[in-house]
Amino acid sequence: MENILTFISANQQIIYIVILMIFVGIEVIGRVPSVLHTPLMSGANAIHGVVIIGAIIVMGKAETDNYLALGLGFLAVILGTLNVVGGFVVTDRMLEMFKKKK
Amino acid sequence: MEFNILTLCYLVASVTFILGLKMLSNPASARKGNLVAAFGMTLAISGTIFLYRNSETGEHLHNYGWIFGGLLIGGIIGTLAAKKVKMTAMPEMVSLFNGMGGACAALISLVEFNHLSKEFAINNSHEFVAAHQPTILIIVLGLIIGSVSFSGSMIAWGKLNGKVKDLSFAGQNILNMIFLLIALGAGIWLVIDPTQGYLLYLILTLSLLYGVLFVMPIGGADMPVVISLLNSFTGVAAAFGGFLYDNKVMLTGGILVGAAGTLLTILMCKAMNRSLVNVLVGSFGGSKNAIGGTAAGPQGNYKEISVSDAAMVMAYANKVIIVPGYGLAVAQAQHVCHELEKILNEKGVEVVYAIHPVAGRMPGHMNVLLAEADVAYEKLEEMEQANEEFKTTDVVLILGANDVVNPAAKTDPASPIYGMPILEVEQAKTVIVNKRSMKPGYAGIENDLFFQPKTSMLFGDAKKVLQDLCAEVKAV
Repeated sequence: MENILTFISANQQIIYIVILMIFVGIEVIGRVPSVLHTPLMSGANAIHGVVIIGAIIVMGKAETDNYLALGLGFLAVILGTLNVVGGFVVTDRMLEMFKKKK
Repeated sequence: MEFNILTLCYLVASVTFILGLKMLSNPASARKGNLVAAFGMTLAISGTIFLYRNSETGEHLHNYGWIFGGLLIGGIIGTLAAKKVKMTAMPEMVSLFNGMGGACAALISLVEFNHLSKEFAINNSHEFVAAHQPTILIIVLGLIIGSVSFSGSMIAWGKLNGKVKDLSFAGQNILNMIFLLIALGAGIWLVIDPTQGYLLYLILTLSLLYGVLFVMPIGGADMPVVISLLNSFTGVAAAFGGFLYDNKVMLTGGILVGAAGTLLTILMCKAMNRSLVNVLVGSFGGSKNAIGGTAAGPQGNYKEISVSDAAMVMAYANKVIIVPGYGLAVAQAQHVCHELEKILNEKGVEVVYAIHPVAGRMPGHMNVLLAEADVAYEKLEEMEQANEEFKTTDVVLILGANDVVNPAAKTDPASPIYGMPILEVEQAKTVIVNKRSMKPGYAGIENDLFFQPKTSMLFGDAKKVLQDLCAEVKAV
């Protein structure tokens, strides 16, 4: 119990962010029309590609002789970039079509 | 100074993510919203590469060659794949990219654990190990969620492009639960005793298996819901990365997508009038075999119509409503469909499209597809609006849609899709159904509509049939 309380107060900033972001995430897309469900999912998919930053940090911190870390980190950077770039491009392609018929 | 600029980059990026999502949920601003979020992402990535400093040693990042190499390879493949993919294959593309994100999160956990276990090899004093227990917990959770998201997305991708078939066996849910529990148990053990490094690979294997078995039994029609759910999983996995590096932009981006993705999943389920649990436990998948058994053969008689007769009926109608479904998407028939609409218009026939919210393989799938073929936005009617118009409609042409026009959803409480709102096409004077065969749709249930006296079947590939229809209508 003591441990949990210390953990909460030591990480309160992070906990605040998590709680607030949950509400923001829900509020922000609360009124989305069903037509936009697919592009929205795709856009959100691109945004969680932010995990690429973790991959870059892993890669950039790896010792130059640690081939396991270098190899896996390199793969992580490629996959993360795929997620980000592919995600945004696909979303843009979908939305481009919505725009045309105005 | 540099670090402060990085903090500012992250702050701006976080705001663009929120703004981007907000703008994405409004048709007028959606495209700009996507660009805004992409801008924020670019800022966060370049900031990390050039300004990040290790919090312990104060060192800049190194291995730039590897980093830029990875960014370049990923960027080129990602752009090409996203540009080349056909509009009909969009849903599986999203699933594939989502899987990549999950894999990325899982790999980060593997490397970080590898890094930590090297430190434990040097210093395994009780205090040192205890101080790193929270980190191990985060690594384990990130690994589990990332792996599940990866293998689940791959199966969803395979299912949508037809490479993977539904598979379910007795006790699958229980076996699945056992896998997950063992993975979690091993995770807890690893947190308690971080020197047992092999446990990490056990967790990895079990999580991957769990993802496969979790998606396997769920029917193809429910894949959008599953992809949306896995999407929010990857968001959470990214957020664990944020915990790990005390990185606020990963945290905000990840949690934002986790929360929005979960809500989106629930909204999608609502559009089908089902609960999330119902989708996941797979009432469709489960009841499919039972129902398939009782209704193996077509019940009753249906009548076929020739292309020329169908063309005649449509050419002399006042009003035609087209109901597109997955059949239209697989046949790539959206352009021919627009062609038919134009030819009918020239003959003085009013043509609109009735779009069911879950027609196709993803909500909005049909809108995207028809928009690609230049169909005017005003011609796409949502379900409520279309349902009022069927009464005054002469001909309804159904193109490869099935479950979304199945009257059993209204009349048969025993049906697995009972309660799902449907397009009430049977109120129109004539219904022409284009399908490849009498095989039931994705939900695996018979459709009474096909056996009603006012319904005629027009068998064949949607594109081929539409091309023939165009020629025939022109000739009338």
